[in-house]
Amino acid sequence: MKLPFERPLIKKINAGMPSKFGLKPTIKPIEKVDGIVVGDLLEKYGSPLFVISEQTIRETYREAKQAFETRYPKVQFAWSYKTNYMNAVCKIFHQEGSWAEVVSGMEYDKALHNGVKGSQIIFNGPSKSREDLVKAIENDSLIHIDHFDELFLILEIAQSSDKKPKVAIRVNMDTGIYPKWDRFGFNYENGEAWEALNRIMLSEKLELVGLHTHIGTYIMTAEAYRIAAAKLADLAYNVERKFKHNIRYIDLGGGFASKNTLKGAYHTGIDTTPTFEEYAEAISGALISSNLNPEKLPVLILETGRALIDDAGYILGTVIANKRLSDGRRSLIVDVGVNMLFTSFWYEHEIYPAKGETQFTEETTIYGPLCMNIDVLRAAIDFPVLKSGDNFVIKRVGAYNMTQWMQFIHNRPAIVLIDEKGESHLIREHETLETIMHHERLPEHLSNI
Amino acid sequence: MELKKNLAISDTGFVFDANSGESYSLNPIGLEILNYLKQGLKDDEIREKIMEKYDVDASTFDLVYFDFIRTLQQFDLFEKS
Repeated sequence: MKLPFERPLIKKINAGMPSKFGLKPTIKPIEKVDGIVVGDLLEKYGSPLFVISEQTIRETYREAKQAFETRYPKVQFAWSYKTNYMNAVCKIFHQEGSWAEVVSGMEYDKALHNGVKGSQIIFNGPSKSREDLVKAIENDSLIHIDHFDELFLILEIAQSSDKKPKVAIRVNMDTGIYPKWDRFGFNYENGEAWEALNRIMLSEKLELVGLHTHIGTYIMTAEAYRIAAAKLADLAYNVERKFKHNIRYIDLGGGFASKNTLKGAYHTGIDTTPTFEEYAEAISGALISSNLNPEKLPVLILETGRALIDDAGYILGTVIANKRLSDGRRSLIVDVGVNMLFTSFWYEHEIYPAKGETQFTEETTIYGPLCMNIDVLRAAIDFPVLKSGDNFVIKRVGAYNMTQWMQFIHNRPAIVLIDEKGESHLIREHETLETIMHHERLPEHLSNI
Repeated sequence: MELKKNLAISDTGFVFDANSGESYSLNPIGLEILNYLKQGLKDDEIREKIMEKYDVDASTFDLVYFDFIRTLQQFDLFEKS
């Protein structure tokens, strides 16, 4: 019986530059996703392949819900469609009790298609057409106004509608973090938000139901949410005092960080990302200690997307080739490109081999399959030397990739959901040439070559 | 190609190049191959020995072996011919 073969390796020892985290641990492979062997999934559905764990989605959602419900009496989650609007994913969140939070007419229609009641759709974003607004008003949806032009358009539509539009305003503010997002909504500090609220209340044509903010993305400090919640509570209290009108909900938006590591970060995301408890403590603490009438506390709405779905997503792939760069560094070409893994532009994604535990690694650059210089998944990662045809797994890719992916050069991969019983279900087919050409039209004079 | 004469190779896979002062670490098969090279075995002989002992075919071995040799060249571990 012959011994298993491992590729011969030699590695330079950089004395005097020990890892700040101590000795390098053994790289453990990810052999299975929710009980199914990686190789079996790729054989059945093709490579590359997105895989979503239903169990992880439900567990993460329940963890977040519990963190907030144990600290604040009235909590409602709204699933952020833009983060991942695969119908199967949205339906899991809706089954768990989430409303829908959409930012376009397309997403709005998708939420309706998924069976969400109009009154449980929050319509955010800077770009709502007249048709979108008419539909949302007709369905009693919650319209979060982004700018004065939109406010005046809604007032105009309300003139001829027998429905009183239910509106909130989006508020931008200084919460002590950088960058300060001021391109969405009305500013708190310069009085614009208060002016918008006055216009809404004085018009008497709109029903002011909520106040909304979304302070940024991947917010690494829960304290920023404490400031945001306090400022919204302040606005709600002023409305209550001036107009004797109680705001029904305060929507803190999303922006909670996931456990991915940002490029350039000194520590890993696992070590630095605030927990749901920390975010919940900051937000509910600010609302409860505000001047708001405790008898009529508003519902707290949360639209967190990334932190709820990132961990549930994996992309499985296959090594195409090994290659030495001109300076001797190893590089790996794989079949997962930046076109389908958009988040690789800002995360140092965790990548694991699908089998073979090893301590022998080499600094490797991992390139995608695109014939484009920007197609780099990891510029430098200590990685075992895999050979052509070997499989690998990239963790925490559930957020934004399946919505921001681009069809470019290659067909986009299939998406599979593994249910709580460990059964796999195809939820989006692998694209084909027909998928790409379906919407193309050829002028008659170009039909012959 | 001949490995540098003053290359110290330990049984645990530690390599020290007295000329440059650089140190290297090897995995077990890398160590085995480096020792064969030090003994002056030719590529064909090394292939034969590895294939006798390990579960690997000739083309797979050649692919990774010549990559290993290129890495040794990159680290300047051969005598200048």
